[in-house]
Amino acid sequence: MLPASSFQDATARSRAEPGRRPPARRRPLPWADTLFSALAHGAALLTLALLAGIIVSLVIGAAPAIREYGLAFLWTSEWDPVRNRYGGLVMIYGTLMTSLIALLIAVPVSFGIALFLTELSPSWLKRPLGTAIELLAAVPSIVYGMWGLLVFSPILARFVQAPLQQVFSGVPVLGQLFSGPPVGIGLLSAGIILAIMVIPFIASVMRDVFEVTPPMLKESAYALGSTTWEVVWKVVLPYTKTGVVGGIMLGLGRAIGETMAVTFVIGNFNQLNTLSLFEAANSITSALANEFGEAAPGLHQASLIYLGLVLFFITFVVLAISKFLLSRLKKREGSVT
Amino acid sequence: MNAVDTSVPTTLAGRLAHHRRRKLVNVLALSLALAAMAFGLFWLVWILIETTRLGLGGISLSLFTEMTPPPQAETGGLANAIYGSVVMVSLATLLGTPIGVLAGIYLAEYGRGSTLASTTRFINDILLSAPSIVLGLFIYSLVVTRMGGFSGFAGVLSLALIVIPVVVRTTENMLSLIPAALREAAYALGTPKWRVIMTLTLRAARAGVITGVLLAFARIAGETAPLLFTALSNQFFTSDLTKPMASLPVTIFKFAMSPYENWQKLAWAGVFLITMGVLVLNILARTFFRTKQ
Repeated sequence: MLPASSFQDATARSRAEPGRRPPARRRPLPWADTLFSALAHGAALLTLALLAGIIVSLVIGAAPAIREYGLAFLWTSEWDPVRNRYGGLVMIYGTLMTSLIALLIAVPVSFGIALFLTELSPSWLKRPLGTAIELLAAVPSIVYGMWGLLVFSPILARFVQAPLQQVFSGVPVLGQLFSGPPVGIGLLSAGIILAIMVIPFIASVMRDVFEVTPPMLKESAYALGSTTWEVVWKVVLPYTKTGVVGGIMLGLGRAIGETMAVTFVIGNFNQLNTLSLFEAANSITSALANEFGEAAPGLHQASLIYLGLVLFFITFVVLAISKFLLSRLKKREGSVT
Repeated sequence: MNAVDTSVPTTLAGRLAHHRRRKLVNVLALSLALAAMAFGLFWLVWILIETTRLGLGGISLSLFTEMTPPPQAETGGLANAIYGSVVMVSLATLLGTPIGVLAGIYLAEYGRGSTLASTTRFINDILLSAPSIVLGLFIYSLVVTRMGGFSGFAGVLSLALIVIPVVVRTTENMLSLIPAALREAAYALGTPKWRVIMTLTLRAARAGVITGVLLAFARIAGETAPLLFTALSNQFFTSDLTKPMASLPVTIFKFAMSPYENWQKLAWAGVFLITMGVLVLNILARTFFRTKQ
């Protein structure tokens, strides 16, 4: 460790110069300890105050809309700035639907990546590959957005959406899901891009919890003749399932709160007429990003802040569940080993 | 353990078939894991190739010296946006780091096991993943509406809100890795607590804390959402923090959504700059921490 070695260096140096005078005695500062402790406490309290401040300011900002619509805001789909009538259903649906699509893609892929990194990869490749996946999380969301709109969505429209439509055009539910103009903009492409963005979060949590599985458990299973897959599916996964679900919730929280990438590709169109995943839609975050700057103070702005409050509430609940599950795994890990 | 399969057939042929099927499932699952890994890397490589292909052509000296142009102009650069980003991101890091480090010190050194500490840790984790656009809303209603307009200062504050939880988290993690014996040795010599922290534990955890700050810097460099209605944007150069201020991500957002070719070209150049900057910072932070470990 660094501290120990530098400490030894210092003693070695002072031994090497026996004629050196001892350093002058520092004047004791009785208030310094109190001050420092107060600063540290203050910083911690500031963090708490921030969260309280966010909630209070959102509630105050949304108050006119809350008074006007109450909870009915959540299941009213009309959003009409001209007639000054607002309901959040379209955006809430868009947010939940894109996040659901994202999880459907990201969870199996992340599981595969974590499985590869913990069980399959040669050890010299583990680090570079793990870093590469984590870099996916470092790419700014505006880059995902612009790439998604100008590069990805034309390709998605041509090679995925159009064929899907041809194959499923007669099928009852799937046909409806894949109806609409295959232009590459809408719920599906937003969901796919969100999936790419949350894969690194879910994969790295899964990898970390897979690694805390006691080797004894795994080795016992191998000794009974299990294959690698059986060890992962029947020993590692049951042992780490709370952590895995916690990681998925963390990814869900990220997907729900993601703004820029979704704003680019979702199409920003307030409609809820069809089940189609290809139709342009809207999400809470993209409605805020597009409309808030131009919204007139009053009911329009208050309704947007109300949406922000709903968003914050959803992510708060999701992240709290995630945190709770992950801490449960940690506790159990402490008691088992 | 109930993982043992009880449906194993008793005849030899049946057992061999069962064995083959298990092998097959194993190979299939592991191939799928390999495919998932390739799937993840595929997107990273594709995004990097496309941003380089489309952005590299727009990189020139004028990008850094000229202001953002009107639509369909012949020349123009991103100088005001780059300047605004550098100023706001640096100030936000300077503002958020001390608060984050102090709160991290509280969690690791003062509040071990206390209710305030566990609450703070929980709240901090919520803030760490809170939607950044909500932080923008918060600063909007706290600062913008009271100061009478959008300003670079409000942008700095909203970015600092993202820095704080990242720094708190890494500082606490790094400080709790320091062995207790080190602290006890210092206390035994009669060192006051603040001096133990500042000259011993924080110093020993330095590399990790700096890594956290670098990662926070990289993260806010690409943040767009909290700036949309705090700093807004500005077509012109300004170093006045009380005025709306341009930033690279917001300018990219505006230009990328526009139908004008020169704006889109500048947006790609900006995306290339941001991506490379952020990735280099990330790799730097990781290697820096690794060598120090």
